[in-house]
Amino acid sequence: MEAYISLFVKAVFIENLALSFFLGMCTFIAVSKKIATAMGLGIAVMVVQAITVPANNIVYHALLKEDALSWIGIKGVDLSFLALLSCIGMIAALVQILEMILDKFFPALYHALGVFLPLITVNCAILGGSLFMIERDYNFGESVTYGVGSGLGWALAITVMAGVREKLKYSDIPAGLQGLGITFITAGLMSLGFMAFSGIQL
Amino acid sequence: MSAREILDSIEPHFTKGGRFEKYYGLYEMVDTFIYTPADVTRGTTHVRDGNDLKRTMTFVVIATLFCVLMAMYNTGYQANLAMESMGLEKIDNWRSVPMMLFGYSTMNPFSNLAHGALYFLPIYITTLAIGGIWEVLFATVRGHEVNEGFLVSSMLYALIMPPDMPLWQVALGISFGIVIGKEVFGGTGKNFLNPALTGRAFLYFAYPASMTGDSVWIAVDGYTRATPLGLAANGGLDAVYAADYSWMQTFFGFEPGCLGETSTLAILIGAAFLLYTRVASYRIMGGVFAGMVTIATLFNFIGSDTNPMFALPWYWHLTMGGFAFGMVYMATDPVSAAMTNKGRWIFGALVGGMTVLIRVVNPAFPEGIMLAILFSNMFAPTIDYFVIQANIRRRMKRHA
Repeated sequence: MEAYISLFVKAVFIENLALSFFLGMCTFIAVSKKIATAMGLGIAVMVVQAITVPANNIVYHALLKEDALSWIGIKGVDLSFLALLSCIGMIAALVQILEMILDKFFPALYHALGVFLPLITVNCAILGGSLFMIERDYNFGESVTYGVGSGLGWALAITVMAGVREKLKYSDIPAGLQGLGITFITAGLMSLGFMAFSGIQL
Repeated sequence: MSAREILDSIEPHFTKGGRFEKYYGLYEMVDTFIYTPADVTRGTTHVRDGNDLKRTMTFVVIATLFCVLMAMYNTGYQANLAMESMGLEKIDNWRSVPMMLFGYSTMNPFSNLAHGALYFLPIYITTLAIGGIWEVLFATVRGHEVNEGFLVSSMLYALIMPPDMPLWQVALGISFGIVIGKEVFGGTGKNFLNPALTGRAFLYFAYPASMTGDSVWIAVDGYTRATPLGLAANGGLDAVYAADYSWMQTFFGFEPGCLGETSTLAILIGAAFLLYTRVASYRIMGGVFAGMVTIATLFNFIGSDTNPMFALPWYWHLTMGGFAFGMVYMATDPVSAAMTNKGRWIFGALVGGMTVLIRVVNPAFPEGIMLAILFSNMFAPTIDYFVIQANIRRRMKRHA
């Protein structure tokens, strides 16, 4: 149990996808103008991450890993070079299915998240989460924890970023830095704050 | 001719259409530094207090007075003490010339004070000069005013430097703090991180050799003595006692450390002044203190066999390292802290809790208050947002 808690804390804070690995930057910067919107996107990322990482984990362990196909009698086959492709495919397919399910059964949630779901398909934080899962050789339980944790960490980062940007609306930024420039500086300064966690061994 | 008359007579040159129109910022800086600004509120503003930015900022500088005195005294005292224990008769840099007047005895308070001043003043003057150049440059080009906020940032920045910091690094740090931490956002009141701490954090990660370790806290070359916090991080309270530090000693501030952070007593005197004049928010200070006590006590109860920091009681957390300084002068920065009253408690608690968390759990950093405040600074707008949303919901329910 303790191992899972430390993995969770690690995924949320220490190895924050947005502010330690700078993954998912395009959506992180594009959709962080308002807190309410940013939170919606953050929750969507968390949900998708919590589904795709474990799903990719199952696919990887059942089909792609070295000797994974031994359960149908094929031995000595290593398909792990397909991991990148299969992850992308899995994420795209799962997001599509998720979108349809939400549309059918939870229309309110679908309208709240609707815009963001297609965006998430191409979010590198999602793909990054799955690839980290493969690289670090997580088992199923760990992949669930990591999926939820890294999604939550990303959601936290974008919400805080949106908060800062809402405050910066009242700033007097030099003409050349307005918009994207100051946002990059802000993201950099925020990761300076997140350095507080670097070095924690769990 | 009085100073007022001189200023009035040259004013037309600086106003619109004058010869030095571009340098109005400079004129305005000198004028409002010496005299109260003549501008009054226009329009239908509801004035609750005659206080202005100038007075607020000046009060903070006044509040650091005891810290500055202790910074000089303790730095000199520690240096003299180190020289006595190493058997050194004199130092071999430029400071030995003025120090010929005082000698190097820990028993002589003037020697301590002068020796420390020779370390504090170069750092402070460098900060003022380099930071001032940036400040004036931005004010002139962008047409805003240079105000007393810079005096506060530079004073606080100088007080959180290790005594023997190379001056070019001091200059680099304050440049980063002022330009990236403040001016790119539009100057005083527009930034979201504390500029002094931004500068220090930059140095901390860029030049760890002059900001961390055991040899930077005492201004004598080749002399190593760990700070009480550094000792506690490795060996717990036993190591602190073994090195002959008592709680009273850390409270009064006779310990190695950054220039102004050592004396909790001097800081608390400043805190009393800031709270009495209502310049600093008691909610933030209270929040930081409560957060620290809660998390420290929690760690005491959890306990650990391998990490001695778990057992450190809260009153040691208070006096060791920069906690008190950060709580009183850094976290209470009204610009980068939370703005709502409830938000200030939460913000403070986050600072206090994070500080203890970093000190105890993170082996990479013995001290946590700097990063804890920067971390909480970036959460402040979000905290405010949720406090305001909760307020809106409550009132909607009341009037539904």
